[in-house]
Amino acid sequence: MTTMTDKSTNPIGLYLHIPFCKGKCPYCDFYSVAPRKGVTDSYVAALCRKLDEENRIYDTVYFGGGTPSLLGADNIALILSHIRRTENCEVTLECNPSDTGGTDSVFDFAKAAESGVNRISLGLQSADNEERKALGRRGGCEDVERAIARAKAAGIENISLDLMLGIPNQTKESLLRSVEFCKTGGATHVSAYILKIEEGTFFHKKRENLILPDEDETSELYMAAVDALEKAGFMQYEISNFAKDGYESRHNLKYWRCEEYLGIGAAAHSFVDGKRFYYERSIVDFVDGKPPVDDGFGGDEEEYIMLALRLTEGLIFENFRRRFGKAVPDSVIRKAEFLKKHGLTDTDSEKISLTKNGFLLSNAVICELLANFE
Amino acid sequence: MAVSKDKIRNFCIIAHIDHGKSTLADRLLEKTKSVALRDMTAQLLDKMDLERERGITIKAHAVKLNYLAEDGEEYILNLIDTPGHVDFNYEVSRSLAACEGAVLIVDASQGVEAQTLANTYLALDHNLEIVPVINKIDLPSADPDRVAAEVEEVIGLDCSEAPRVSAKTGVNIEQVLESIVKNVPAPEANDNLPPRALIFDSVYDSYKGVIVYVRVKEGKIKPGDTMRMMATGAEFTIVETGYMRATVPEPCAELTAGEVGYITASIKTVSDARVGDTVTIVENPASEPLPGYRKVNPMVFCGVYPADGADYENLRDALEKLQLNDAALTYEPETSGALGFGFRCGFLGLLHLEIIQERLEREYDLDLVTTVPSVIYKIHLNDGSMVEIDNPTHYPDPAHINYCEEPFTDAHIYSPAEYVGAIMDLCQERRGIFRNMDYITPDRVDIHYELPLNEIIYDFFDSLKSRTRGYASFDYEISDYRRSNLVKLDVLLNGDLIDALSFIIHTDKARGKSRKIAERLKDNIPRQMFEIPIQVAIGGKVIARETVKAMRKDVLAKCYGGDITRKKKLLEKQKEGKKRMRHFGTVEVPQEAFMAVLKLDDND
Repeated sequence: MTTMTDKSTNPIGLYLHIPFCKGKCPYCDFYSVAPRKGVTDSYVAALCRKLDEENRIYDTVYFGGGTPSLLGADNIALILSHIRRTENCEVTLECNPSDTGGTDSVFDFAKAAESGVNRISLGLQSADNEERKALGRRGGCEDVERAIARAKAAGIENISLDLMLGIPNQTKESLLRSVEFCKTGGATHVSAYILKIEEGTFFHKKRENLILPDEDETSELYMAAVDALEKAGFMQYEISNFAKDGYESRHNLKYWRCEEYLGIGAAAHSFVDGKRFYYERSIVDFVDGKPPVDDGFGGDEEEYIMLALRLTEGLIFENFRRRFGKAVPDSVIRKAEFLKKHGLTDTDSEKISLTKNGFLLSNAVICELLANFE
Repeated sequence: MAVSKDKIRNFCIIAHIDHGKSTLADRLLEKTKSVALRDMTAQLLDKMDLERERGITIKAHAVKLNYLAEDGEEYILNLIDTPGHVDFNYEVSRSLAACEGAVLIVDASQGVEAQTLANTYLALDHNLEIVPVINKIDLPSADPDRVAAEVEEVIGLDCSEAPRVSAKTGVNIEQVLESIVKNVPAPEANDNLPPRALIFDSVYDSYKGVIVYVRVKEGKIKPGDTMRMMATGAEFTIVETGYMRATVPEPCAELTAGEVGYITASIKTVSDARVGDTVTIVENPASEPLPGYRKVNPMVFCGVYPADGADYENLRDALEKLQLNDAALTYEPETSGALGFGFRCGFLGLLHLEIIQERLEREYDLDLVTTVPSVIYKIHLNDGSMVEIDNPTHYPDPAHINYCEEPFTDAHIYSPAEYVGAIMDLCQERRGIFRNMDYITPDRVDIHYELPLNEIIYDFFDSLKSRTRGYASFDYEISDYRRSNLVKLDVLLNGDLIDALSFIIHTDKARGKSRKIAERLKDNIPRQMFEIPIQVAIGGKVIARETVKAMRKDVLAKCYGGDITRKKKLLEKQKEGKKRMRHFGTVEVPQEAFMAVLKLDDND
C-alpha cells in the first residue's frame, strides 16, 4: 500500500466544483444551478474557508463545473490565493466559450493568468453550429476561436477543447471538420466524449424523439475521430483524451493512475489516504459546512486495473507490483492473452493495454479481464 | 354403524374449467357445517397454492360430509374431488370409479363448453348418475333458462329440476344437497364378500407414511388386518382406518362396503399404493382385482438442471420429496456438457412437467433450466439390437441406425363444429392421421386422429385451445409404436455443441425448426465482444446458420469529475450480469435465450 502522505510536503491534485451555469445543456448531468449574486459569493467564501482548513500543497488544480468562468477572473484569483501550489502546478479553468469569447464578453484572461491559471478547457463539442445548437450550446464556434485568441494573448498556451461524438445528425464529415478546427484553432489537448444519454437530463426525457447515430455509426465516428486526431498530432493517451506531446492533462491522469486528489465544493469527489468521499449535490449543505459523505475505501487492485486500462499506457506490471507488492493475477493475464487474439488487447511481458477496438468495448473487456477477481 | 348404507352418497363434481367447481365444493362444506366458518379460506379443497392460482385441481382429495336432509334423515355425503386436465385423465377416471354420481356444474352465462361435454361422457362411461347444477346465476349475463335448455339438448340431461345456484353467494345450495340425496343412488354394498377397495388417491404424510384414499366396494377393512395391493403384491399391516373430514382426519374402527375413507399402514412411498390398485385383505382375499388398473408410466422426459450448480443437492432433495407424493414422477441423475449436473425426469405429460417445475421453483425456491421434452424412441440398430432413448444426447450414430420408431396416440378432440377446420389444420401440421369424425349433436363433433406423441407433448393443448377459443377438449391414449423418419438436431455455438439444445424430430420438420432455432438464438444472445456463429446441424451437416454480430461499443467515455465509485459500481453490475449467464466455451448465453429456444412453439 501507499505510505501515509505527509500533508505539508506531498502534493496532490485539487478539484474545485463550481456548480453554476447560465443554462442547462440538455445532455449534461453534472450538478449545476443558475447563479445568483449572493449565492456565488457565499459559495466562493465557503470554498476559501475549506481550502484554508485543508491547508495542503497541490500540484494540479482543476476548476470544473458547472461553469467556473462564470465566477469571473477576480473570484478565480481570490480562490487561487487560498491554494498553496507547487512551482509548476497545472491550473485548469473550464470556460464557457460565449462567456469568455463572446463579442460582449468581459472575462479578464490576463487576471486569470496572472493569478495562476495556465490551462483552459473549452466546450467546443462541434465546429458545426447546427450541431452545437442541437446540443443546446449558446453561441457559435466563432466564440471558441475568440476565447482561444484572448487566452493566448494573456499567455495561456495550454488549450483543451471538448468534442462530442454521436450527437444528433453528426456525420463523419462534420466530425472531421471539428477535428480540423481543433488542429488549426491552436488546441494542445482534445477530449472527445461519446454522447451518453444520462438519466435526469433533458435528452433522456425526450430520448424517444432523438435521432442519434446507432451503435455501429457511433463506433465508426469514434474510430474516425481517433484516427483524425492522431493525424493532427493529438495522440490518444486515454479512451477519450488526446494531447500534443507533453500536454496530457496531469490532473485527469491522477484519476486514472489512482493517485490522490481532493475535491472541494458541492458534488466534488475526493480520493485521499485510501478513502473516497464526496460532498452532496447541494450548495446549501456545502456553504453550511456539512462534511462530505464517506464513499468507502478506494484504490484497491481491481479499481487500479480498471482505471489503468483506460490509458493507452495500460496496466504496467511493474507499477502494479510496486504499489501492491505482488504481481498482476494470472487470471487477468490469461484473459488478456485470449482477448489479444480477438484484437481487443495488446499485451507483452511488461503490460496489458487495450487496442482502439478494445477501448470501444472497454466495459466488456475490463469486465472480462476482472471476471475472476473477487 | 350409525348410518345405514342406503344413506351413503358418493359423488364427485365435474365442470368445465372456471365454472365454479371448487367454489361449490367449499359451499357444500359450509352448508353441512363441516367447517367452522372461521376456518373457511376460499376453496378449501384445493390444498396446494398452485392449484388455487391456476384455478385447476391437480390432485384429487375427498371429504366426508354429514347432511340432515329435508326428509329428516341424516345422510353421509362423500365428495371426491377430481383433477381437471388430460395429463391426469387416468386419475380422474379412478376418482369417478369411486362414485355413484356426479354433480355437473354448468355456468349460467357460458353454457355447455368443451370440458362440460368431455367430463360428462367420462362420467357416463363410469355409469354415474349425473346431477346437473346451473351455477353463477348471480352474474348479470346469466341466462339459466337458455343454459338449461342447452344442457338438455346437447347432453340429453333432464334439467327441469336442476338447482339454479350461486356458489359464490350461497343461493340455493341446499337444493344441490337435496338433489344429490334424491338422485345419486346409494352404493351397492355387501360387507360379507372378501374385501376389495379401490385406491383413488394416495398422499405421503411425514408422520403416518402414505395415506391411502379408498372407496370400499365390498367387505370390511380394519386396523390390524394385513392389506395387499393386488397389482403390485405389496403387503402392509393396517395401522389406522378413518374418514376424511374437511379439516382433520377422523379415525374409525373399520371401513365397510360403500364407504369412502383412508388407510394408513406405514407405507413408505406412494408408489406402493398406486392409484387404481385394489386393496384386499390377506386373511380373506378377493380373487379378482377391481377392473381398470393401469400402471401410469411417465411419457414425457426432460432434463432438469439447477440454474446455479450449487443447488444440485437441493434439487435432488426436492425431487425425492416430490416423488414420495407422486408415483408418476421419475428422475435419475444426468450430466450435460452445457448445463452441468442435473436430472432426467419423467412426467405424465406437459402439464405434469410444468407443475413439477413450478413446485420445485416455488416450494423449494430453486431456479431451474429444463431441456426440450422428449418421448421414448425405439431405435433399431443395424446389428439387430434395439435401444430405447428418452434423451437426445444418447441418440446413436446415424450410421448405425437401421430404423426408428416413435410412440403414437389415439386422440379424440371434442369441439363445436365451427372449429373443425382449425383443428384438422393443427392435427395435419402435427403429422396426424385422420380416422373419423362423429357429430355428437348437430353442432358438436368428436374428431378422431392418430397423432405422434412427440407432436402433442409440446404445446399441442395450448395451440388447440387458442385455435378453438378454449372450446375444444382433448383426450389421448398411447396406442402403439410406429416406424418413423427421425433425425437428431444439434445446435452449435461458436463451433461448440450445446448438448442441452439437441432434440429428435421428424425429418420433414427439421429444416423449418432449425431455422427458427437459429433465429431465436440470434435474437436472444446479446452481442458479445466477438462474432458468434450459430449453427444447427444434422450429423455433420449444417442446415441452418445465423451470426450474432460482434458488439461494437460498450464504453464509459466520460470521467465524471473523479467519481470513480460510480464507474466501479457499473463494473460490478456488469460482472454480476456475467455470472447469470451460461458459459459455453467463450460464449455467454443468458437464461432467457435458452428458454426462448425451449419454448419455441407453433406461433413462432
